[in-house]
Amino acid sequence: MTTEAATLTPRGYLQAQNRWHPLEIAFWLATLLPFVLFPDYLSLASQIAITALFALSLDIILGYAGIVSLGHAAFFGIGAYTAGLISKFGWGEPLSGLILAAALAGLVGFAASFIISRFRHFTLIMITLGLGLLAFEAANRAHWLTGGSDGLQGVSIWPVLGIFKFDLYGYTAYAYSLAALFVVFLAGRRLINSPFGLALRGIRENWVRMPAIGADSRAHIRKAYTIAAAIAGLAGAVLAQTTESVSLESISFQRSADVLVMLVLGGAGRLYGGLVGAVIFMIARDQFSGIAPQFWYFWIGVLLVTVVMVLPNGILGGLSHFYARWKRK
Amino acid sequence: MLPPVFGVLFDGIAYGMLLFVLSVGLSVTLGLMNFVNLAHCAFAMLGGYVSITLVNDFHWPFLATLPLAFLAAALVSVVLERTLYRRLYRASDLDQVLLTIGLAFISVAVAAYVFGTTQQPVETPALLRGTVGVFGLDLGKYRLFLVGVALVVTMLLVGGLEYTRFGAQVRAAVDNQRMARGLGIDVDRTFASTFALGSGLAGLGGALAVEIVGLDPNFAFTYLVYVLIIVSVGGLGSITGSFAAAILIGVSDVAGKYYAPELGAFLIYLVMVVVLMWRPAGLFGRR
Amino acid sequence: MSAPAHPARDTGDRAIALATRALSKSFGSLPVARDIAINLPAGARHALIGPNGAGKTTLINLMTGMLAPNAGQILLGGDDITTLGPQERVRRGLARTFQINTLFAGLNALEAVTLVVAERRGLAGQFWRSVGGYGEAIDEAYEILRKLKLGDACYQVTRELPYGRQRLLEIALALATKPKVLLLDEPAAGVPQEESGEVFEAVAGLSDDLTLLFIEHDMHVVFRFASHIIVLVGGAIFTEGTPAEIAADPGVREVYLGKRKHG
Repeated sequence: MTTEAATLTPRGYLQAQNRWHPLEIAFWLATLLPFVLFPDYLSLASQIAITALFALSLDIILGYAGIVSLGHAAFFGIGAYTAGLISKFGWGEPLSGLILAAALAGLVGFAASFIISRFRHFTLIMITLGLGLLAFEAANRAHWLTGGSDGLQGVSIWPVLGIFKFDLYGYTAYAYSLAALFVVFLAGRRLINSPFGLALRGIRENWVRMPAIGADSRAHIRKAYTIAAAIAGLAGAVLAQTTESVSLESISFQRSADVLVMLVLGGAGRLYGGLVGAVIFMIARDQFSGIAPQFWYFWIGVLLVTVVMVLPNGILGGLSHFYARWKRK
Repeated sequence: MLPPVFGVLFDGIAYGMLLFVLSVGLSVTLGLMNFVNLAHCAFAMLGGYVSITLVNDFHWPFLATLPLAFLAAALVSVVLERTLYRRLYRASDLDQVLLTIGLAFISVAVAAYVFGTTQQPVETPALLRGTVGVFGLDLGKYRLFLVGVALVVTMLLVGGLEYTRFGAQVRAAVDNQRMARGLGIDVDRTFASTFALGSGLAGLGGALAVEIVGLDPNFAFTYLVYVLIIVSVGGLGSITGSFAAAILIGVSDVAGKYYAPELGAFLIYLVMVVVLMWRPAGLFGRR
Repeated sequence: MSAPAHPARDTGDRAIALATRALSKSFGSLPVARDIAINLPAGARHALIGPNGAGKTTLINLMTGMLAPNAGQILLGGDDITTLGPQERVRRGLARTFQINTLFAGLNALEAVTLVVAERRGLAGQFWRSVGGYGEAIDEAYEILRKLKLGDACYQVTRELPYGRQRLLEIALALATKPKVLLLDEPAAGVPQEESGEVFEAVAGLSDDLTLLFIEHDMHVVFRFASHIIVLVGGAIFTEGTPAEIAADPGVREVYLGKRKHG
């Protein structure tokens, strides 16, 4: 690293941060494998891509800005219900429905961000929890709109670009989900490497220093929260469209908690952490689905305790730590 | 003759008293060290299972199991504090949340494995069965007992805080940790002791709760939300705050179920968010 | 004692860069700042000294807006900034360093200073272009680091820098805001003997246009750099004057040796 750096100018060094690492390219090529190797698992692959996108949205506020949210599924659910309702009321075009759902989720996120940006620590955790639970209760009570605990019925999505139908084989669904994930990922990657991304990292690294360098942390947080809400809504919309259904689960505490676990497992603040965590978590859950739920939660519990005590930066953090130590030898 | 609304009020207060015993420990430890312990209700659950096992399998009288429930929970908390919690006093909120949620998950799984997932059969002790007529209302004897226990606990806690040396140390540390350390108070030890006391109270609360709300492995999470709401609304580190908030939540919950079941938990969550926005440190919290 | 680094200046007719008037603050019934009146002329090299607990850092916190006063005013270049938030004061040219390093531990020095420059230039809200594309900001950041002899370490993550260099980075972050007034809170605090020379060199090398107020315990440093000394005791200004006057003042010696009770 030091020999490289010696030949780089400061500009060159920072520009190099943006370059694609071969492992990244390998990762994205690998996401194409399910089409060829696991065609029976395409619907699971779809779910993984959607959840990975949701985890990416949480990473922006948790991994980069340091906001612990226990209610992020509120935006996922808002996106899902919006996309579902748009189609139910006659407009089944997927891409425009997707944009509308993400926009609405982003709008709600923007409104909530004024509350979120004013608090920290325990109070903030409780407020995010409270807002998330409120969203769930609202969806639950509004049977007339959301179908309540029966879920939203009558969602019917038109073929993507007029050609690709969502069918039981799952090719369209996975291609759609993967495309959404990749496009948003590219945007997210840009964001992380931008001056705004640097400011978010500054907020996470040292909250106290930010005002002392002339930064308006609250404005940055509001922006990040809005963007994260829009992306979460987009993920929810993809779920609604590819499965042509929406249930209360999409706005539940369960979903908020699971995505938090996934992100922490993979390593927050590392861009790929949420993706890696989602892949591992979802595949593991699929494999364990036959076993009683309490055993699943036992191992999740053990995992959480282990990650906190031993692997504080998740799997990717642990890997990069060992890689750095190995290189030094 | 009092109208039936007072009966509902009494039930709400009794429920609130139970929630108070469950919550007060978390409020004090949060106020002391800002340590977010989401496994708090798992200690309550432990107390509940200890009590149930002693009554059902060993035929102990119910009242005798209460101190055991307290002790069992306190003991387990000491072990966990020494091994795990101690290292995270200065860790981030997220780490504390994740560790303690993980422990709660583990406890739920263990409880399900050992005791099964169904509700535990519970038999009210003969002494506390039935009702007592008060001003034309039939007040449940068990609920009266609950209120009595909670009041005794409150008096002991407030008295202990005000009049003992340990209590003075706790108050100092809650007020200003840095200064307390500067005065020579071993804040970490104070926290460990307070944590044991708080967890013990949770265990006691769990044992008391079985008769009112039943006991199954999900107890650790079902009541966690209420406890968190009480602690945040009441104010971290404030016994008065927990007391007031617990009564508020207890009465709202019971009254809500009687008079406005459609509103359900919605109102409680809304109250919490609004209170926190108005007073981020809780109604009686500092700062 | 060696002569002060700057000749004694006539403070009468120069512009006042930073002033406080009757600034007071209490925590409950505990007063931590009492009726403090300070005048920093442009280009000044003033030192703030006093026993522990005198309220020196509190005063800086009040000036920078981290604490709200109970009474009094703060004026920056003649403008009343008393009600402005901390970031707004920084934007108007009032910067400070912290006694205990308050750095971005996970960022490297270049990233950290570039962030400050980006904030100052209003670029920190932009999320569609990579940082690498903002060449001028990066160059400016690197230049600041180079002047403080941190150029060769700029790619190192902050938490891996030796303590003395971290203290220099502390100053770099403040300088990157292009302040008119800089408040230094014990710039060499905690720095081992071998490294403290670099810190003092950096302080000595600061532009003459910059107005400095620094808190310091080491009297050698104070007499070397300050042209005017303010002594703070129990939250109030005990006395002030040129280094020679302060050195000769028996009251000041007693305050430090604790022979007299106060408050």
